[in-house]
Amino acid sequence: MAIVAQSSKFSTYGRPVLAWGVGLLFFFPIFWMVLTSFKTDADAVKPEHLIFFTPTFDNYLNMTDNYDYWRFATNSVISAVSATAFTLFVSVPAAYAMAFNPSRSTKDVLMWMLSTKMLPAAAVLYPMIFLAKSIGLYDTHILIITVLSLINLPIAIWMLFTYFKEIPKDIIEAGKMDGVNTWGEIKEILVPLAWGGIASTALLVFIFCWNEAYWTVRLTTIDAATLSKLIEGNRAPEGLFFGRLSAVSTAAVGPIVVLGWFCQKQLVQGLTFGAVK
Amino acid sequence: MGRIVLDQVSKKFGDVEVIPPLDLTIEDGEFAVFVGPSGCGKSTLLRMIAGLEDLTSGNIEIDSEVVTEVPPSKRGLAMVFQSYALYPHMTVRKNIGFPLRMEKMAPDEIDKRVEAAAQSLNLIDYLDRKPGQLSGGQRQRVAIGRAIVRDPSAFLFDEPLSNLDAALRVGMRLEISEMHERMQTTMIYVTHDQVEAMTMANKIVVLQAGVIEQVGSPLDLYHKPQNVFVAGFIGSPKMNIFSGSEAEKHGAHTIGIRPEHTDVSMTDGTWEGRVGVAEHLGSDTFIHVHDTGLTDMITVRITGDISVKHGDKIYLTPQADQIHKFDAKGQRIA
Ligand SMILES: Nc1ncnc2c1ncn2[C@@H]1O[C@H](COP(=O)(O)OP(=O)(O)OP(=O)(O)O)[C@@H](O)[C@H]1O
Ligand SMILES: [Mg+2]
Repeated sequence: MAIVAQSSKFSTYGRPVLAWGVGLLFFFPIFWMVLTSFKTDADAVKPEHLIFFTPTFDNYLNMTDNYDYWRFATNSVISAVSATAFTLFVSVPAAYAMAFNPSRSTKDVLMWMLSTKMLPAAAVLYPMIFLAKSIGLYDTHILIITVLSLINLPIAIWMLFTYFKEIPKDIIEAGKMDGVNTWGEIKEILVPLAWGGIASTALLVFIFCWNEAYWTVRLTTIDAATLSKLIEGNRAPEGLFFGRLSAVSTAAVGPIVVLGWFCQKQLVQGLTFGAVK
Repeated sequence: MGRIVLDQVSKKFGDVEVIPPLDLTIEDGEFAVFVGPSGCGKSTLLRMIAGLEDLTSGNIEIDSEVVTEVPPSKRGLAMVFQSYALYPHMTVRKNIGFPLRMEKMAPDEIDKRVEAAAQSLNLIDYLDRKPGQLSGGQRQRVAIGRAIVRDPSAFLFDEPLSNLDAALRVGMRLEISEMHERMQTTMIYVTHDQVEAMTMANKIVVLQAGVIEQVGSPLDLYHKPQNVFVAGFIGSPKMNIFSGSEAEKHGAHTIGIRPEHTDVSMTDGTWEGRVGVAEHLGSDTFIHVHDTGLTDMITVRITGDISVKHGDKIYLTPQADQIHKFDAKGQRIA
């Protein structure tokens, strides 16, 4: 009895408090960034205006003058959308093959793919830059889309693999008996059944692509530069314009935060790798 | 048409040989049942015929055409799975029509055929439901409907009734038999239930550890089991089988006598024993007899009711012409 009472006490009071605590901790930097974006550059660095200040929209209104926001935003959209599409185009058939026609080495291939995520990115930074420059792809959409796809493929394949695993093999086999070829199995049976999982995967990959900074910053200068590059590039030598920078940062993460907000359910599902039904 | 020939077909999973090379012919229009204990390779054999499992060696022919390398979708066979394997995202109508849609049949023709199949399976009222909204028996019918709509050259069933309750099972058993009588299409049916095998089959294939122990009609198997395994497997209650001096008297290493081929008396007979449990079914009585000195327990089956109780002394007399004799290797002695 005591244990039951205790655990229910925790779930009525303790758990919400803990959840809110963690939530606020994570949310605080974003809150601070949004707050700062409404201060003038001068106010932003003054302690007396930490909380109390006269809000201004100038940072947003001047954003397109101060920075070429729309070009960077367009690049972000192009590279994130294309990379997500390409990642799915490769990972859906790959995960399908691994889930339903595993070979002896399927487990090893999966582990190996995951291990590439453990490779420090810096280790291949210079080879990548030289390679990109020598084949003339430096600062192009093609390069960014390829790189974003490659770094997200392992996670996408893993996620989809876990989702596909939950589909009874019999159903796929029934499809075969009913005269469906491999492409038909994917189109008619797999995709409709795993739609939720595929959507979560797509969403997560899209967010990762949008937020990616390490490679997009280093492999672009102007033409293919994304919002990550815009933010990074504004560590101006004449000092930091915190107000402006916060505004542009808010505008950069804004779309993804809104997207994430609307797709919370899918995201949670995706992040728990299909463990939550 | 659906004559299926297995020629030296074998299967290994890794290093484990699940099915040593075997030959088997199933004639067009036959109702063949694969029966055997759990894990003997029935499903594996069926799946090899379906094309869902590769052969380790040998060949499979359907209507004189070698299909060993032909994918399942091109073999023209229909399969009903134990789990039903319906498409959960499609309505009953879509499920049944799916194989036709894959054949690119015209939509009105599909509708017509689906309605006809649904009519014959009593599914008309459920056509717009999803499988999740159906009972087990209804799902089973949908699975059968999906198999029959496209006139396959043979039907493959893998324990299709094992998820149903006993009453429904008997009903569906009859329906499938009816269906076979009507369509005269080849059917291969896997079960571990020997009653299903006996009641439905034209030809029973008894398997043990991937080896065919005997192929024959139900009555062949009942009257002339080729070995001790088949003798013990076919028939309910099980045949009484024992070795020893009593068997030697009949010039055999082992003898078997079915429960229904033993006469009972309270006063005299060949073997003497004591009643353990008597099971009264009304139409029959099964008496389990101990202390005969032959084997632990002998089961006899009497038509009608007989009043015996635990501990009664009882005499048994086997019908001489119904004694099955086997040699030391367990093979039937003619
Ligand atoms: N994919 C597989 N990998 C390894 N071994 C397998 C595989 N499938 C089946 N087996 C083995 O092959 C043997 C035969 O299996 P199968 O499923 O054909 O038996 P079954 O006669 O259908 O049994 P049941 O009546 O329980 O369905 C079993 O010993 C099983 O463990
Ligand atoms: Mg089986």
